Amino acid sequence: MEWEAVIGLEIHAQLATKSKIFSGASTAFGAEPNTQACAVDLALPGTLPVFNEEALRMAVKFGLAVDAEIGRKSVFDRKNYFYPDLPKGYQTSQLFHPIVGVGHIDITLEDGSEKRIGVTRAHLEEDAGKSIHDEFPGMSGIDLNRAGTPLLEIVSEPDMRSAEEAVAYVRKIHSIVTSLGICDGNMAEGSFRCDCNVSVRLKGEEEFGTRTETKNINSFRFIEKAIIGEIERQIDLLEDGGRVVQETRLYDADKDETRSMRSKEEANDYRYFPCPDLLPIEIDDSYIDAVRDSLPELPDARKARFIEEYKLSDYDAMVLSGDRNLADYFETVAKAANDAKLAANWVMGELSKLLNQNDTDIKDSPVSAEQLGGLLERIKDNTISGKIAKQVFEVMWNEGGTADEIIEAKGLKQVTDSGAIEKIVDDVIANSGPQVEQYINAEPDKRGKMIGFFMGQVMKASQGKANPGQVQGVLKKKLDALV
Amino acid sequence: MFDKTLAELAQGLKSGDFSSVELTQAYLNRIKAEDEKYNSYITVTEEQALAQAKAADEAIAAGTAGAFTGLPFAHKDIFCTQGVRTSCASKMLDNFISPYNATVVEKFNAAGGVMLGKTNMDEFAMGSSNESSFYGAAKNPWNTECVPGGSSGGSAAAVAAQLAPAATGTDTGGSIRQPAALCGITGLKPTYGRVSRFGMIAFASSLDQGGPMTKTAEDAAMMLNVMAGFDKHDSTSVDRAVPDYTADLNKPLDGLKIGLPKEFFMDDLDSEIAERTQAAIKEFEKLGATVKEVSLPNTALSIPAYYIIAPAEASSNLSRFDGVRYGYRCENPVDLEDLYKRSRGEGFGAEVKRRIMIGAYALSEGFYDAYYNKAQQIRRLIRDDFAKVLSEVDVIMGPTTPHPAFKIGEKTSDPVAMYMEDIFTISLNLAGLPGMSVPCGTVNGLPTGLQIIGDYFAEQKLLNVAHQFQLATDWHTQSPQGI
Repeated sequence: MEWEAVIGLEIHAQLATKSKIFSGASTAFGAEPNTQACAVDLALPGTLPVFNEEALRMAVKFGLAVDAEIGRKSVFDRKNYFYPDLPKGYQTSQLFHPIVGVGHIDITLEDGSEKRIGVTRAHLEEDAGKSIHDEFPGMSGIDLNRAGTPLLEIVSEPDMRSAEEAVAYVRKIHSIVTSLGICDGNMAEGSFRCDCNVSVRLKGEEEFGTRTETKNINSFRFIEKAIIGEIERQIDLLEDGGRVVQETRLYDADKDETRSMRSKEEANDYRYFPCPDLLPIEIDDSYIDAVRDSLPELPDARKARFIEEYKLSDYDAMVLSGDRNLADYFETVAKAANDAKLAANWVMGELSKLLNQNDTDIKDSPVSAEQLGGLLERIKDNTISGKIAKQVFEVMWNEGGTADEIIEAKGLKQVTDSGAIEKIVDDVIANSGPQVEQYINAEPDKRGKMIGFFMGQVMKASQGKANPGQVQGVLKKKLDALV
Repeated sequence: MFDKTLAELAQGLKSGDFSSVELTQAYLNRIKAEDEKYNSYITVTEEQALAQAKAADEAIAAGTAGAFTGLPFAHKDIFCTQGVRTSCASKMLDNFISPYNATVVEKFNAAGGVMLGKTNMDEFAMGSSNESSFYGAAKNPWNTECVPGGSSGGSAAAVAAQLAPAATGTDTGGSIRQPAALCGITGLKPTYGRVSRFGMIAFASSLDQGGPMTKTAEDAAMMLNVMAGFDKHDSTSVDRAVPDYTADLNKPLDGLKIGLPKEFFMDDLDSEIAERTQAAIKEFEKLGATVKEVSLPNTALSIPAYYIIAPAEASSNLSRFDGVRYGYRCENPVDLEDLYKRSRGEGFGAEVKRRIMIGAYALSEGFYDAYYNKAQQIRRLIRDDFAKVLSEVDVIMGPTTPHPAFKIGEKTSDPVAMYMEDIFTISLNLAGLPGMSVPCGTVNGLPTGLQIIGDYFAEQKLLNVAHQFQLATDWHTQSPQGI
């Protein structure tokens, strides 16, 4: 029996508005509990919501970016249920008339193939607050700072057939929302989280199997692991003659497994109806056109431009265009250094290595694009070698400063004085009798390779500062003179 | 002094016959002495009233006074008043001190008005008799064995008993006009969206509208001048210029076209009320108006449609009263569910619970189309009926209520009979139209009201028509015996 997974995803992207979707309170993360919850967020009697139009603009941007129908008339509905961190007793959402209708994106898989994934819809809604269960013995705390933060819920078609496809889809949506500047994409803070609907069926079957929904997964790696685990669990269950129960599951990252949260039978009847406190949002073509005109370059277009303009490889272009901040960073470095390939190598190499090691986002990189660009300029103009540049870069990362300041302070400037270089070369040749002997006796076409040993010695003697090109020339001239 | 209208009191303040402090103190003394008979106030705000009166006197002395400066009045206890208990006549909010002011309250404060206190009402404005108040029923000053009507029964009783020269009310299905009719005062429900709902505790958001309850149409115009206007905190308030509502009061009624809906004069109408209404119409003919019969064929559907839509919205609006953040919380809840069930079970009265259950049922899965959507369709039919008639006539007239005030306790065991009392008023709320009730006689010593209905934003016209009627008649100047 060959099984096939069917995966559909619901992504909640927190929109990067300054204030909440229906109140003027700030959306900033990490404030003291309940200090960013105003009368509206607390659902005091008599308070009313006022829609933040910035959230609309952002949602429309997303809709245009995934080539979707934009709802000319979208309506907020109330989803009624009781929960202590849901202050009104209902969540304001869009069920019947969402702002973004049917669209699609194309994902690239590891083997280079492309696949189109349908976006069913995307709608605006408000986030709930947070319940805190472990800080007060016998009681629960409620923090309503997050209550009313605008969310765009992006619902996919069940078009994905593997964890790899699902992760590629999530990464692509992540790259789109961050490129648009409508979401900070911070998964650890919950700004971008994902619910995974997974079912399995025998390959060739038309009908979908019974699905489970795994909620609120907040890293790409966890999404992948949760889906792989859930597919395996369902297949094992079915192969043992059992059946999959439609239910909501939670992913436990520590144990790397999903577990049941509640079954569909216990599900609420949400009693949706149009929110009478909010007017339908009506937008016309001129509004949509104005938003379209304001769209920044999207990841796909940027990738194509990177290949065309900077002659980057397909892979480099994809990596560098995937995150708006990374792409901006790269382009700043490339312009400063006037060498895109060098910039790409550094951004994807040294910089990414340190960012990963320190678990730092590109936005928070201690080395700015301008600093790195300045460093690469010094490689280009032979002030320092690539090897010295790595030392300078580490100093930059740890202590700050411009390339020139660090080179100056640490005395790392490349030696280009031909007299000085000749002196070092002479010393090395004088102290390397056996190797010089070998060189002289070697076949002429083997000598090129043998020069490497002398290069190493000269660079070592110069503490890496001698200009390698110059050293090479001088060495060759002097050694050949001995032949 | 207590029989003076707002207009007369304003004149008295202006010419220095008395100060606002004297006037306010006189009313406070009278409330203290008399209100135990009527139970029209839930909270009397003596200290605050005297402070406001003092400030008003200073403004008058300084020459900075406006038209409303120094005038005492009362707020229905549905409007949030900062630092003052705002109970909505419910045990649920008996302990709720609002931390903010409703927009209407802010407007009266800014205009220099003096709030005497907060008036009694049906719990959460759900009722036509004031009997559902947690603080006990308010009594009709014309016969204290009778109800004053509801839900703004406390406001109506206070004005009729001369315990306030005017009061605010709110009208969801007749809650200003019906008690005004039953207590022999003037009440105006403005067009939906004319008066801000921010800070007015929601019963049914798409129907609720605040308005004035006064001795005369002229006073209602003065009140509406303060209350009306766009509010950026209420998305359903209408951004439209506010005229001076006193400006057109004296326009002659020559050529006024009055429509009498035949559905308002059916068999179940009290014959004496029918007579009083016809007599009032005759007065208008004397003033130069022409009268024709019109038809509002869907009038009978307004009650069932209303009792789907209003409870549906209420069931959701009242979800925020959950015992978590403010208001009543049950003793020693054992868990979250117990906290919800007992806080709400103990905090809400029978009528409120009945409507929450009706509303939750109407919105539940499988019933939504049959009930809520159907009711919304009826709502459109009712709106269309009015639009058709109002394209042929200037105003529509009829009785405000089918019966005069009934005995306390008479209809409490038969909720549907109680609901039927709103048959003539409810359809306006469904259509969003403005309507007034003015006194037009008495039946067995109990007042009866004439309802005047106009087109959207035709409040000036309604006030003009009512004022001309009051110049020609003296029903509005009659007081209950002993007052």
